[in-house]
Parts: sequence; structure tokens; C-alpha cells
Amino acid sequence: MKKIISLALAVLMIVSMAALFSSCSKKARLDKLRRELEGKLEADYSNDLEGTTLYVYNWGEYISNGKEGTLDINLAFEAVTGIHVEYSTYDSNESMYATLSGGGVNYDVVIPSDYMIGRLIEEGYLAKIDTSKLSNFKYIDEQYRNPEYDPTGEYSVPYAGGYLGVIYNNTMVDPEDVDGTWSLCWNQKYQGQILGIDNARDALATAMFALGIDVNTSDTAEWDRAAEYLKKAVPLYQSWAMDQNFEKMEGENAAVCVYYTGDYLTMVDDMDEASGNGDHLSMYYPEEGTNVFFDACCILKGSQNYDAAMLYLNFLMDPYVALQNAEYIHYVCPNTAVTENPEYSEYHNEILYPKTEVKSQYYTHLDEATIKHYEDLWNKIKSAG
Amino acid sequence: MKTLGKVFMGIVYAVLYAPLIVMVVFSFNAARSTTHFSGFSLRWYSELLGDFDMRDVLANTLFISVCAAVVATVLGVIAAYGIFRIRSKRLRNAVNTVTNIPLTNPDIITGVSLMMLFTFFGSLLFHRSEILGFWTLLIAHVTFDTPYVILNVLPRLYGSDPTLYEAAMDLGCTRTKAFWKIIFPGIVPGIVSGFIMAFTLSLDDFIISYYTNGHYNILATKLYTAVKKPVSPEYYALYSLIFLTIMILMTVVNVIQFRAERKKDGGRPTGQKGFAK
Repeated sequence: MKKIISLALAVLMIVSMAALFSSCSKKARLDKLRRELEGKLEADYSNDLEGTTLYVYNWGEYISNGKEGTLDINLAFEAVTGIHVEYSTYDSNESMYATLSGGGVNYDVVIPSDYMIGRLIEEGYLAKIDTSKLSNFKYIDEQYRNPEYDPTGEYSVPYAGGYLGVIYNNTMVDPEDVDGTWSLCWNQKYQGQILGIDNARDALATAMFALGIDVNTSDTAEWDRAAEYLKKAVPLYQSWAMDQNFEKMEGENAAVCVYYTGDYLTMVDDMDEASGNGDHLSMYYPEEGTNVFFDACCILKGSQNYDAAMLYLNFLMDPYVALQNAEYIHYVCPNTAVTENPEYSEYHNEILYPKTEVKSQYYTHLDEATIKHYEDLWNKIKSAG
Repeated sequence: MKTLGKVFMGIVYAVLYAPLIVMVVFSFNAARSTTHFSGFSLRWYSELLGDFDMRDVLANTLFISVCAAVVATVLGVIAAYGIFRIRSKRLRNAVNTVTNIPLTNPDIITGVSLMMLFTFFGSLLFHRSEILGFWTLLIAHVTFDTPYVILNVLPRLYGSDPTLYEAAMDLGCTRTKAFWKIIFPGIVPGIVSGFIMAFTLSLDDFIISYYTNGHYNILATKLYTAVKKPVSPEYYALYSLIFLTIMILMTVVNVIQFRAERKKDGGRPTGQKGFAK
């Protein structure tokens, strides 16, 4: 009996101590951040919303969070504005959509991708954003304003993006075979050394771009044609991969993979750190065209704290904050204050900011029947190969 | 034949523990890579210590697990005693079956149905669109923890000696007093192992939490959504620590059970005996 009570007390003590410890240190960290940020921010973030909470819903690992000496943006926002950010994450546009439509939980700010933003606009989930009230919006590069998914630019503020591209190991691939097209992924020479991208839309898109088919078509015959072409590449694949790409490419166990811009830079960094062989990896965007994606900040119609959400959006675009964030997430940054800053470690990086325009296309939200059709094709391809 | 059996057992244990060992080894890797081991370092452990975000989430996870385990233990003991005292065998079996269904029900069904229940009642009773959070998560965890506590406590009750209880009553104890003096001390090991089991289950759970947590972030949901970047070895460090904790807890449970069994002098069979006939 005594043992039980002492056990329970010990547990209680540990929990309360942990709580106390984290609350103490939080106040100290807020003070420290406030001092650190003094004079670095451009816009005025004074407000009368102190003590309120802002609910933000974003992709996991998609904001600078204080790890490894980076700026903890959500905490910095609280330090500067007094508004607490309650930050949650999702793993895909679809699961985010499921949460929003499922109900039971409210968010103020969400940061989904292009085609999902189009869908959210269409279905009336988003509140309008008056960008003239965002003093830092002037830094957003013209080319990223009014994108296809939000033609009037009233519902979203670009956050980060990238391209799908071909990553290859230049010590394993003969330079003559790299002709800047998708054909490298169909090259018989690299039997068993190619990694297929493990999601339906991207995988079929590689074939569609190679054949010059519109990736947003609802013509099922075109999808069939793409699937037939993709099937020719499948026997060459070592395996299907998404995040396994990192291990395989970094360990030089595969020669070619198809993946996203930011991830290529992460691979190079990791390899440099582990073996110093980061320069073995190269990436290019096939000239037939490729997919471009952009994630953008939106405010939900049901937002209970709209003004705080606007402050948050402005804060994310503040040159200092945006720079810190771009350094952390490694994707294309739409903020000119960052891209024109020579201190930015990816300053004029050709993969993130290609000099010549990349022939690229957004995915759009397809109708149910088309989605079902290509998913069926995909399942057949995967179960056969 | 004997060596063959040993080899087989070795293989089984290797398959069981190899993944965990790999994870622990790579949590000590100096670099981020999961293919090259570039040297021993405590880098990811120190990073884990300095990661306040992770600390908050870890605190949330521990807090919800402790709360859920405490509530489930109280409920579970009461329920187990109630079931134990039911006189009708048919009713007892029926109640037992009903409490056991959540054990066999797939997590995803429990999760989705709880979410639907919460959002339904949230909008119906409270007219709120915002209902998911700490409290719904707690209710969900208690829901799947309680049957395990009952499962741990019931055999102890059946193993207790009915004559002692009757003797206590004969000597003037009230029912309550007899419970605390006679029954309760006998079931303490069951309660402790039930509590620890509930705690580890809550710590582990992902699927049910995923549907019911709302803004309340816990480790499992955080890790699941970390898709924009490769998984940081910090997580390996954290999960190595959690694995260690769970292993210690499980060892404690087993030691407690072993001791309790030895105390009973060879022990009586823990079947449906006792005075609930």
C-alpha cells in the first residue's frame, strides 16, 4: 500500500516538475528571443490581441523550429506579439482536408499546396486576404503572385515550393546518358539502379511529361497511355521509394531517382556531413516539363482570430524571419528580400532559382472519376511490378 | 534437436530485437545519415535536450498517459470488483464480453467512431465546432486503457480467499472495511501491473489519438506528420529512451507479478473460483 502511494507520488512529482520546468524556461526563452529580435524586424507588430491563441495547421517539419540553432518562428511570434501559437501538423493535403471537413477542431491559418488551395477556394473554406494590409507582401516575387490555383491572389500568400526533378549520381551515370530529358529514367543501362517515385500522381506524371500529355487531363485514354509507358520503366526499378530515396542515394546504392528540389539539397548536405561526397549528386529539371508545386498560407473562414492570422502571415514574410525559415526548410522561397540577400546560403542557387525558366506545370484538383481511374492504373502497375 | 531449437529461438529474438538495436545504434551516430556510421556521438541526445518543441510534445505525451492511466485504473478496479460480485453467471459473462470488445476492436474503428461521437455531441450539446483536444483525447485513452486494467485485476480477485472476507465480516467489519482490509491488499499487484500496462498503451497509441487529439499534440502524431524532411536522428534518440523506459517498466511489472505469485506459497489456481458463485 505504502509502495503504491509512494509510486504515485513519485510519478506526480516528476510530471509537475517537468511542467514547472518547461513553463519557467519558456518565459526566459521568450525574453531572450525578444531581445534577440530587437531591431531586426521590419514591420510593426504591435496589437491588442495579447494573450489570445492562434491555431496554425501546417505540414510536419515545415517551419524553422529552433532546432540546431535555428530561429523558433512560432515562439518568436509569441515573443514579439504576445499571441500564443498553437501549432499542429499534417502529413498530406488529403489528411488536412479530412480534418477540416471532419469538424471538431478549428484552425486559423493553414498552409496546403496549390491544387488543394484551389479546392478549398472552390468549396468555400477560405477567407479573403487583403494583401494591401500586409506590409511585407511587397517582398513576394511577382512571378509567384496570382498563381493558377488562386488567380486573383485573394486567398493565399505563397510560402515555399519546388519542382519535381531527376536526381542522379554523377559517378555512376555516364555523362553522355544525361541529355536533360526524362529518358534517363527509361534507360536500360541502369537496370536495377533507378528508384521509382512511390506516389500515383508523380509517378504517372513522369510518363505524361515524357510523352507530352497534359498532366491535368481528364481523358482516361491518355492516362492509360501514360501507364503503358510507365510500365516499361518499372522493370528497371530497384524499388519504389519516397523517403527511402535519402538512404539509397546518400549511400550511393542507387544511381537515379525522381524527387523534389528541397530534398536534393538535403541529400547533398547529409552526404557532405557523412562522407564529404555531396558533389556526387546532381539534379536537373527535364526539358519536356515537370511538376511545380507551391504551398501557400491561407486563412480559414471560421477563423476566430483573423487579425492575429494576418499578423502571422506578415511575420512570416518579414525579411529576417523569412530568411531564417528559408535556411531551414530548403525549398524555393518566394521572398525577394531573401533571394536577393547574399548572406542567404542558397543565394542564386541554380537548383532552387534556375536562371532559365523551368518548363513546369501545377497539378490541379481532378474529378473523382479521373482520380479513381489513375489510382486503379497505379495499383495495377504496382502489383505487377 | 536441442541445438536446432536454440538456433530457432535465436533467430526469433534477432528478428524481434534487430530493428530496435539498429535504431539505438544510429541514435549514437555522429552524422545524420542512416547508412554511414561515422562515429560515436551524443549529438542527437543533446539536441533532443535542447529541443523545446519536442520537450513540450513529450510533456504532453507523458501527461496524457499518466492521466489516462490513473483514471483507467480507478475505473478498472471498480469495474473489476463489480464484475467479480455479480452473482448471475450469465450476466457476468455478458458484462465481461462487453468490456472485452474494445480490446479486440480494430483501433481505427475505435478512433473514427470516437471522433464521430465527439464531433456529433460537440455540435449537438455544446453548439461548438471546436471540441477535439485534451479532454477528448483523455476520454479516448481511458476507453482503451480500462479493459486492460480489468483484465489485470480480475484474476487477482478470483484468486483471493473468500473465507477471509467472510471471517472479517463475522468479526464485525463493514463491507467497505472488509474490502480495504482483505480484498484490496490482495489485488494490489494486479492494480500496479494494470496501471503500468495502461500507461505504456497510452504512450504507444497512435491511431486512436490521431483521430481524437485536435490541437493537443503528442509524439506519435508529431512523428507521423514529419514528412517534409527526412526523419531526424533526434527521434531515434527519443525512441531509444522510450524503449528503455518501457523495458524497465515491463521488468518491474514482471518482478511484481513473480513476487506476488511466490508469496502465495505455490499459489492457488487463478480460475473462476472464490465466492462469486
